Amino acid sequence: MGEQKSLTIKGNMATALGAKLCRPNVVPAYPITPSTLFPEKMSEFIADGELDASMINVESEHSAMSACIGASATGARVVTASASQGVALMHEMLFIASGMRLPIVMAVGNRALSAPINIWCDHQDTIASRDSGWLQFYAENNQEGLDLMINAFRIAEDDRVLLPVMVGIDAFVLTHTIEGVDVPAQEDVDNFLPTYDPKQGTLNPKEPATFGSFAPPEFYQEFKQAQTQAIEDSRSVIDEVFDDYAERFGRQYNKVSTFECDDADIILLTMGSMSGTAREAVRKMRKDGKKVGLAKLTVFRPFPMPELKDILGDAKGVAVIERNISPGFGGAVFAELGATFVNEKDRPIMKNFITGLGGRDIFIENFEEMYQKTKDAVEASKVEEPVEWINMNEEVTR
Amino acid sequence: MSVKITIGAINKKHGSSKEYKTGGWRTMCPEVDLEKCISCYKCYDYCPDAAIKKTEDGIEIDLDYCKGCGICGNECPVKAIIMVKEEK
Repeated sequence: MGEQKSLTIKGNMATALGAKLCRPNVVPAYPITPSTLFPEKMSEFIADGELDASMINVESEHSAMSACIGASATGARVVTASASQGVALMHEMLFIASGMRLPIVMAVGNRALSAPINIWCDHQDTIASRDSGWLQFYAENNQEGLDLMINAFRIAEDDRVLLPVMVGIDAFVLTHTIEGVDVPAQEDVDNFLPTYDPKQGTLNPKEPATFGSFAPPEFYQEFKQAQTQAIEDSRSVIDEVFDDYAERFGRQYNKVSTFECDDADIILLTMGSMSGTAREAVRKMRKDGKKVGLAKLTVFRPFPMPELKDILGDAKGVAVIERNISPGFGGAVFAELGATFVNEKDRPIMKNFITGLGGRDIFIENFEEMYQKTKDAVEASKVEEPVEWINMNEEVTR
Repeated sequence: MSVKITIGAINKKHGSSKEYKTGGWRTMCPEVDLEKCISCYKCYDYCPDAAIKKTEDGIEIDLDYCKGCGICGNECPVKAIIMVKEEK
């Protein structure tokens, strides 16, 4: 094993370095805040001779994903990056990438969707792509951003999966923030990640074939079931790959990671960079004698139902804290967590908190407030307001 | 018929669209009276699905692909094509 190099780098640089270590062949990308540094870095690596890949400069994100699909179908390893409006513009092509079972990896700088225009941290962009058939991972910090990119390629390209993966890193909080990151040696990543071997066939002018071909009503449903089975099968592949990565590189990832959950009455469920602040809040509340824990969702697709049942099943209350909103319902994780427990007789009281939208900071006292509101609901044995908005700007009137 | 689906709907067989018979969509079926046909081939020109072939006797309709739209019957100047409801 080579030595890991410690660097102090921005989140975009971490995902770009993670991607570079995977030796992609093609990088089709279109710049968008806050992900622009990713294609910039990739083109620098190529220009400096550090990476042997083709950079495709396209005219839109729709074209970026289209180029990813074409390149990946030839058997190339393909990586791209985007955010917000860019992911929205790709929406149509995201379904084609997953339906064609192409293991494309995309780093997303999670950012709010317009209107009003806002470039800051928010999970709405990838949550809106939830049903596109991509696997979705969310990083808490830059180290996770780098590691998850490397894990993403190995999981995506596994014969049992063959599906695209998006790795979310929070806009600015991670994309533009400099942190210490341990970077694995190239030879070790080469050993961890085998060459992509698409046994199902590749686009090749010498052997013409139709990819993503026509499926009438007699066959479409079977294709969709096969695709859905692949994302189900990815559950055990994710565990296997995360464990192998931990063994080789010393950093263990889990679909859901926990902190102080064992005897916790109330558990905060978070995703992305807010988890760091939530962990500090849990430490502080534990010092005050409060039985609180933290569960962090790293893998949102496939949704880790069995793990969440196991981790949250014995708690009295769960605060589901989300940087996304499905208007007319609540947060996406809250909906899915509710469905996870719907057939369980014993289940925790669940409350949904919408906060941190469009880059609104989430402070330790906000987590304390959400803990208290959940505890109050547990003590009252009822939830009067299932979905609450937290840390509203009280100086704003309408 | 047993059909094996492929990963990503990859189809390596060439010209396989010929095997997909779209005539099954039809509810109205053209019936040709070759006694009346004057071989003007207006139906051949107008068929939007190229489902009409020229023959020595006049025309022949390929019911594997005809969707029963009735344009041929409408264009026929001698009413040699009538549309009848297809029983399935």
